[in-house]
Amino acid sequence: MRSTSIMIVGVGGQGTLLTSRILGTVGISTGTDVKVSEVHGMSQRGGSVVTYVKMGDKVHSPIIEKGEADILLCFEELEALRWIDYAKKDASIIINTQRIDPMPVITGKAKYPENIVEKIKADYPNVVTVPALELAEACGSIKAVNVVMIGVLAKRTDIAEETWLDAIRKTVKPQFVDLNIEAFKKGYSL
Amino acid sequence: MKQLMLGNEAIARGVYEAGAKVASAYPGTPSTEITEYIAEYDEIYSEWAPNEKVALEVAIGASVGGARATCAMKHVGLNVAADPLFTAAYTGVNGGLVIFVADDPGMHSSQNEQDTRLIARAAKVPVLEPSDSQECKDFTRKAFEISEQFDTPIIVRLTTRVAHSQGLVELGEREDIPLKPYAKDPGKYVMMPAMARKRHVVVEERLEKLTEYSNETPLNHIEWGDRKIGVITSGIAYQYAKEAFGNASFLKLGMVYPLPEKLIREFAAGVETIYVIEELEPFIEDHCLKMGIPVKGKALLPLIGEYNANLIRERILGQKAEKLNNIEEEVPVRPPVMCPGCPHRGLFYVLKKLKLTVTGDIGCYTLGTLAPLESMDTCVCMGASVGMAHGMEKAMGRDAARKTVAVIGDSTFIHSGITGLIGIVYNKGTSTVVILDNSITGMTGHQHNPTTGFTIKGEPTRQVDLVKLCQAVGVDRVRVCDPFDLETLEKVIKEEVAADEPSVVIAQRPCALLKHVKFNGALRIDREKCTRCKMCMRLGCPAIVDRGTHVEVNPALCVGCDLCTKVCRFNAFERVGGDHA
Ligand SMILES: Cc1ncc(C[n+]2csc(CCOP(=O)(O)OP(=O)(O)O)c2C)c(N)n1
Repeated sequence: MRSTSIMIVGVGGQGTLLTSRILGTVGISTGTDVKVSEVHGMSQRGGSVVTYVKMGDKVHSPIIEKGEADILLCFEELEALRWIDYAKKDASIIINTQRIDPMPVITGKAKYPENIVEKIKADYPNVVTVPALELAEACGSIKAVNVVMIGVLAKRTDIAEETWLDAIRKTVKPQFVDLNIEAFKKGYSL
Repeated sequence: MKQLMLGNEAIARGVYEAGAKVASAYPGTPSTEITEYIAEYDEIYSEWAPNEKVALEVAIGASVGGARATCAMKHVGLNVAADPLFTAAYTGVNGGLVIFVADDPGMHSSQNEQDTRLIARAAKVPVLEPSDSQECKDFTRKAFEISEQFDTPIIVRLTTRVAHSQGLVELGEREDIPLKPYAKDPGKYVMMPAMARKRHVVVEERLEKLTEYSNETPLNHIEWGDRKIGVITSGIAYQYAKEAFGNASFLKLGMVYPLPEKLIREFAAGVETIYVIEELEPFIEDHCLKMGIPVKGKALLPLIGEYNANLIRERILGQKAEKLNNIEEEVPVRPPVMCPGCPHRGLFYVLKKLKLTVTGDIGCYTLGTLAPLESMDTCVCMGASVGMAHGMEKAMGRDAARKTVAVIGDSTFIHSGITGLIGIVYNKGTSTVVILDNSITGMTGHQHNPTTGFTIKGEPTRQVDLVKLCQAVGVDRVRVCDPFDLETLEKVIKEEVAADEPSVVIAQRPCALLKHVKFNGALRIDREKCTRCKMCMRLGCPAIVDRGTHVEVNPALCVGCDLCTKVCRFNAFERVGGDHA
């Protein structure tokens, strides 16, 4: 398998840790080396958070660097802009069209940049936008945003759908499996 | 079959497989999960200690008692535990004693960037440093063996990227390690001057033997490649260097103290140019230079922050990663914030309103420093708020004490605030200490502590009564107050700072993220009623946003704690879906 580098960016509390756990589980079942790096602690309190998932024959560094990500999975628009330098030119860039104002914007010290998606599209050919919040709501829980996003991502890899579903079943609590599978399919069918 | 494990989880697995029996720790990012995962093994007794010093003392006791014992902490925790560490190096061990210390280059969640290797060297204790999850497990098992073979406590040093990265790990079985017999031995375990003088000799001899071991152990090994460039490295820096240098020659160090001098010389003789790649201090580099080996390191690479492969390529190989886009937009920073519904918000709103000087402490409430609450003046280390308020009073006089409060979390107060409070009472201070009692250790991700009434395993236990505790040390004015009752809180704080004797205000309300905490559901703003006075924006709630033309509530973030309804004079907040807030 060729090596794949996936970066997940978002805001602490958006469920990016569960996303990385599902991706890690998928990684193992592809039979290659896997590393997942995430930061716990302070930034989980509404700060900017980033998770790296790397798969390949041998993975050394657990982090992804500028210009290396094959997939940039963005849970929030401003975070997409913050981490855009990390995407390869032909990376799949998946953006949840959700906006969470950071405190400097809330207090009026900074402005939330305009037209983020357009700006990214001008330089990168493979950008997809996802109204993940609405799709998750339609499944019954806004918490499922992360799994909707995984669905969109899954479609853009060469890993079988069943492998992803399996990983979801293994990772989420039994009572939430159905909801999450529905959310995954919503994303997968986009 | 291999499992994907966090470095910290793999450490716990190693502790389990090594047959350890006792683990005591105080939480601290990025070390916390080590003990949380250990607690999942019923074969190991585990506990949260009140602080790192106690945790290490418990582990030392368990080791002297004959068990393999362990304790985990973040880098600054080792400062707190330094006192027992430096002398446990003299007593040595009975059962193996392994101390896990997690450094935080880049300060993702810390107040400084100190390098544990320097403390270990000062304490004369050996150090292993794993570079991925598999090594976390393997080195942990090895550490117990080294500890017993050389009769020494040993440190396993981690950094954030090793502790918080998941990698594949091959699992093994738990070793059956019987309890070693305990024999009274004052010459070894009572460190009075006469005994300690003899033990210091043992320590120095031991270091020589450990240096020999370091030369021979496969923990340190050479990977010969292209001989033009030789890289000496360890821990996570090894992984970055592997990516940056590809097929160069490597001396990978798994044991970083004491360093393998013979092996370093052998490696140096076999390569043309030697680079030392290590985050933080030039620990390996200085040693090589002292040995007369010309290596390059910190002249090219920073002393500060984390490394990565691009940084190494740029600084050493002169290859700069090119920018792939024309986006030059300024991206606003996104600092962490107090969560929606956080009980701390009420307190800081009041403290700011009263314009008090606030000596602060470490925990989620340190976020009270940031705009718009902006009320914390200082934050140095755990417990410092209490002593510093007292110091300010003694320097600036009683009037200053009437305008000052110390704020400290429940876990932090038990960790090292209580001693400061005793100092205030004893030394006739009049400071006011506010304990933010949110019924949990919040910042590090919800660990129980002596004030919560539950153990690490969630079993009920005797709970420290903060009111009685403060009274018992001699504080007569102790008051309990809900930080969301803004009016009462303001009145109480005004009275207590004015009082000419020490006082404690316990601001009590559980963390909004605790499972049992239920709110009433999201609010929204009635635009007819809202005058855009923006009083609510002063709360610094991430769910309340100014859209320019109007202020609105972000329904995905609002939990319905209703604090905003208490500052709104126009009754503009209403609950989504009907009834009045
Ligand atoms: C010596 C030391 N040990 C551990 C830590 C990590 N740490 C920072 S804050 C904190 C606990 C905070 O809990 P609490 O005081 O209850 O406040 P909360 O976060 O719940 O508001 C810990 C363990 C540290 N910074 N220093």
